[in-house]
Amino acid sequence: MLAKRIIPCLDIKDGRTVKGINFLSLRDAGDAVENAARYCEAGADELVFLDITATVENRDTLSSLVRRIADRINIPFTVGGGIKSVEDAYRILDAGADKISINSRAVREPELIKSLSYHFGSQCVVCAIDVRKNPAFDSEEGEGWEVYLDGGRTPTGIDGIKWAKRVEELGAGEILLTSMNHDGTKSGFALDLTKRVSTSLSIPVIASGGAGKIEHFEEVFTSGYADAGLAASIFHYHEVDIMKLKRYLASKGIPVRI
Amino acid sequence: MIAVVDYNAGNIRSVLCALERLGAKAELTCERDKILSADRVIFPGVGQAESAMAELEKRGLVETLRQVKRPFLGICLGMQLMNAFSEEGDVNLLSLFDNRVSLFPSDLGFKIPHVGWNSISFNTSPLFEGIESGSYVYYVHSYYVPLSSSTIASTDYDNLTFTASMAKDNFFGCQFHPEKSGEVGERILKNFLSLEVEK
Repeated sequence: MLAKRIIPCLDIKDGRTVKGINFLSLRDAGDAVENAARYCEAGADELVFLDITATVENRDTLSSLVRRIADRINIPFTVGGGIKSVEDAYRILDAGADKISINSRAVREPELIKSLSYHFGSQCVVCAIDVRKNPAFDSEEGEGWEVYLDGGRTPTGIDGIKWAKRVEELGAGEILLTSMNHDGTKSGFALDLTKRVSTSLSIPVIASGGAGKIEHFEEVFTSGYADAGLAASIFHYHEVDIMKLKRYLASKGIPVRI
Repeated sequence: MIAVVDYNAGNIRSVLCALERLGAKAELTCERDKILSADRVIFPGVGQAESAMAELEKRGLVETLRQVKRPFLGICLGMQLMNAFSEEGDVNLLSLFDNRVSLFPSDLGFKIPHVGWNSISFNTSPLFEGIESGSYVYYVHSYYVPLSSSTIASTDYDNLTFTASMAKDNFFGCQFHPEKSGEVGERILKNFLSLEVEK
């Protein structure tokens, strides 16, 4: 039975893990490789690293970090932030990442998803989608969601559910779906949104945004039909212990790797 | 020395890293002599069957791989290529095993690719020594090898059971990625590095 995945997310700046509130007042949160290794031992199923600075000058810093992560950890990991071309993706994958994640660039240049999946296979291509509620997109199926870019700063006028379908058609292998309304609230994932995207696509959906306690993961796997649940601060600040979370999910009959 | 077959397939570095963590000496190579004289051969791969076969042909590796007498481990696409035929590009493969590699059917209602941690069931095999049946390993694939007489471990994806691992003589294959499967995967690689086979 395929297990539901628990994925800690690490924000990276200049090779270090950072934490901040809405991209403000970034605070150093330790060496990224050490943090990754700790999550690995704690029972994480996969890791996501997002380079939040993602400038051209940082390219080499990022690939050398990816190299050090690949040397150290024995579970799969995804790297995102600033990937604008097949060459950028190649650099990250060649350094040992299992998947790359693209977000804003995919909306501006949808063909990039196609070229990435052609070159590396769809299993390597995660498309991150950030959405915010917008009644203008409400339909019979439910509330409307609008796609935002650039870390949530730029609205696009694009319907999130339609974009998710398009991303699948273009060849993405997975979707990392974040509800900006829920992100940082610790009040639970966007269950309706996750369910709609997950049940209308045939590729796996990683739910993100809103996790605050172990029950939220149970909900997102059962009512939300998510394939994986992603969170950052609750794992980072030890508010939720990964093994405790997995044992709880197992006790509820949800398949997890323990 | 362990020869890791170099045929321009994706994600070779994870395999090399995993071997290094185990303290094993490995070399990425496409040279016939090095592959045939290696103590172990690992045939990794993420990619597409048709282009992978074309690359093996181009490098003159098809016959070389068939001639390997020492323990040989195909991983993911590497394992698929050890079979007879793949629906991925309708291509003939290395034919070390007589199976047809098929695309997961889209009408069974499950997600494709099969991505993530799934459990393996097996009886006994030197490859799985020290591991409990039911342990989780990491998969990423859209094509699968059906169950056959060479299956040594299987995995259920909803209501479809497929070959997780196969063996015949010195040839072993894992559809999952031992190099990405945590401690369980490390143990499988370690078992492979220490097993002895007669041919």
